[in-house]
Amino acid sequence: MDEDVLLRVEGLTRYFDVSRPWLNRVLERLDRQYLTAVADVSFDIRRGETFALVGESGSGKSTIAKMIVGLIEPSAGRILFDGTPMSFASGSAMRAQRRRFQMIFQDPFASLNPRWHVGDIIAEPMRTFGMAQGAELRREVGRLLETVGLSARDSRKFPHEFSGGQRQRIAIARALSSRPEFIVCDEPTSALDVSVQAQILNLMRDLQDEFGLTYLFISHDLSVVRHMANRIGVLYLGRLAEVADGKRLFETPRHPYSRMLLDAVPDLEMSGRRRKRVEGEIPNPIDPPPGCAFHPRCPLAFDRCRSEIPAPVSIGNGMASCFALEEAQPAPMA
Amino acid sequence: MAAPLLSVRDLVVEFPTRRGTLRALDRVSFDIEAGEVLGMVGESGAGKSITGAAIIGLIEPPGRIVGGEIRLQGERIDSLPAERMRRIRGKRIGMVFQDPLTSLNPLYTVAEQLIETIRTHLDVGEREARERAVSLLDQVGIPAARRRIDDYPHHFSGGMRQRVVIALALAAEPELVIADEPTTALDVSVQAQIIDVLRDLCAEKGAAVLLITHDMGVIAETADRVAVLYAGRMAEIGPVRDVIKAAEHPYTRGLMGSIPTLAHSSSRLTQIPGSMPRLDAIPPGCAFNPRCPEVMPRCRQDRPDLIDRGDRRQVACWLHASAARQEAGNG
Repeated sequence: MDEDVLLRVEGLTRYFDVSRPWLNRVLERLDRQYLTAVADVSFDIRRGETFALVGESGSGKSTIAKMIVGLIEPSAGRILFDGTPMSFASGSAMRAQRRRFQMIFQDPFASLNPRWHVGDIIAEPMRTFGMAQGAELRREVGRLLETVGLSARDSRKFPHEFSGGQRQRIAIARALSSRPEFIVCDEPTSALDVSVQAQILNLMRDLQDEFGLTYLFISHDLSVVRHMANRIGVLYLGRLAEVADGKRLFETPRHPYSRMLLDAVPDLEMSGRRRKRVEGEIPNPIDPPPGCAFHPRCPLAFDRCRSEIPAPVSIGNGMASCFALEEAQPAPMA
Repeated sequence: MAAPLLSVRDLVVEFPTRRGTLRALDRVSFDIEAGEVLGMVGESGAGKSITGAAIIGLIEPPGRIVGGEIRLQGERIDSLPAERMRRIRGKRIGMVFQDPLTSLNPLYTVAEQLIETIRTHLDVGEREARERAVSLLDQVGIPAARRRIDDYPHHFSGGMRQRVVIALALAAEPELVIADEPTTALDVSVQAQIIDVLRDLCAEKGAAVLLITHDMGVIAETADRVAVLYAGRMAEIGPVRDVIKAAEHPYTRGLMGSIPTLAHSSSRLTQIPGSMPRLDAIPPGCAFNPRCPEVMPRCRQDRPDLIDRGDRRQVACWLHASAARQEAGNG
């Protein structure tokens, strides 16, 4: 079972210093201020599965993605890739590890260098890792372009000659070029129209089957996550509220926040369901509520929720962090 | 039969550019009845926002209306002088845009902005205007409205700001509210609250709504009828339930199939090949023909107009033209 785990995240935490400048602090007698973007997050991703992180703005999902691919360092906790801790120091060990995972970003207009030919953009990871050169490199680029549904001739063009969906295909080809096992996808379709989104989601699933890829899929869109993920982690203000198999989460959400999120999704089935009104908004992450961060919006909150942070309770092969579950109060279904 | 509240007929909007004229809207026609919510969907570039901008006379130059007409309760409003149009905007047509920060002036308190709007359009004194403003904020669900009314926009969260914008749009008791992507910048949980406020309050005040969005889910929960735009043309229009459950235009069908739903995780989403044509490369005939799974020779030559399908449904597709003729022949 454990050999199946490709990526393990343990107690991952990240603070950001959001203090005013030194002079203001002295003159206005202010303390340093920290924003806890991610607090004590742990999960496993198994080889070949799609694990999704969902949450609203400020939930820490992109910060987690950036820590996993090594763009920012954790303040605490560790990340194990295939059993080895990720090293943030640059060096040969990190280079060897880096080749095995890649990232796809949200905005295909910002993530491709506008001055480079598409062919060079896709070839760069192969050049960096010394995987191919010359004619072989060009053949490989052509093959990758065809794999993502473009034409080998497109390698001579510039990114601006392509539509948003085609650019995201180019970003996917670049991510595939170092033959990674693991791809972090940060809102890969949020900037695209629905009909183009469908093309990209289908492509990503086909590539997963073909190359045996493992995905960390980050999104705020529950319908997309439902479509893509085997297992799902629900984040709220930097903490994991619940982790569950996709089917289980959508059929019987355990954490009150998960249930609220599901209720809030507009209903395309037109079942006439009158959804429950969701109360309140996400608090400021610089000054989160004490205890369980969700308690001011929670219909089940009681005294303990206001003072203590709930520990995860394991449910099946997932978990939920909620005192209401711990005290075995069966939560009423919506 | 009384004239509809808003009637748009054969509206054409063009943008002259150095490389030729782009036709952003091409003979778009629809009506909005009093008190009705009409949803308008389409992908980026389909012309949704330009339709909204044309109605309120705010198309950015050099874009301009070159054909067709827009009538509000029978009166033409597409060719009014700027000064008269300004009096209709805000008074008879309210507006809610995507980003609440662009609709609110950061230098004035919420009270000042609401009171100014109310006094510009309604004949009331300062004190009554203030009372109305407080009551509006209360109706859009801002807690402790009387205390918060003197705050500046930046004191409010994103969801609360959008509530203020809705209050502002409804301040002069308009007959029509144009809401352009009112929830797109908000989180899912807040989005649901804003949709509820918009729908319930407009119903209470009897205001009709043109709800422009790319999110079919929002339309499904809010609108009475839905209009589907494609490449600046109307593809289909009809009651929401009919269009969602049994779309008649192949584009609408593809669009519905490409949306992932919560109910089931099917293995593959329906895929429409290609993407919407750019405005300078719209194919002859039906604009959708190169992507259409049911394309016929005729679709590549003749552009289909909206065909009446009964039950308040209209569709611009040759498939249904021949069916209509056959039915007529059999009958």
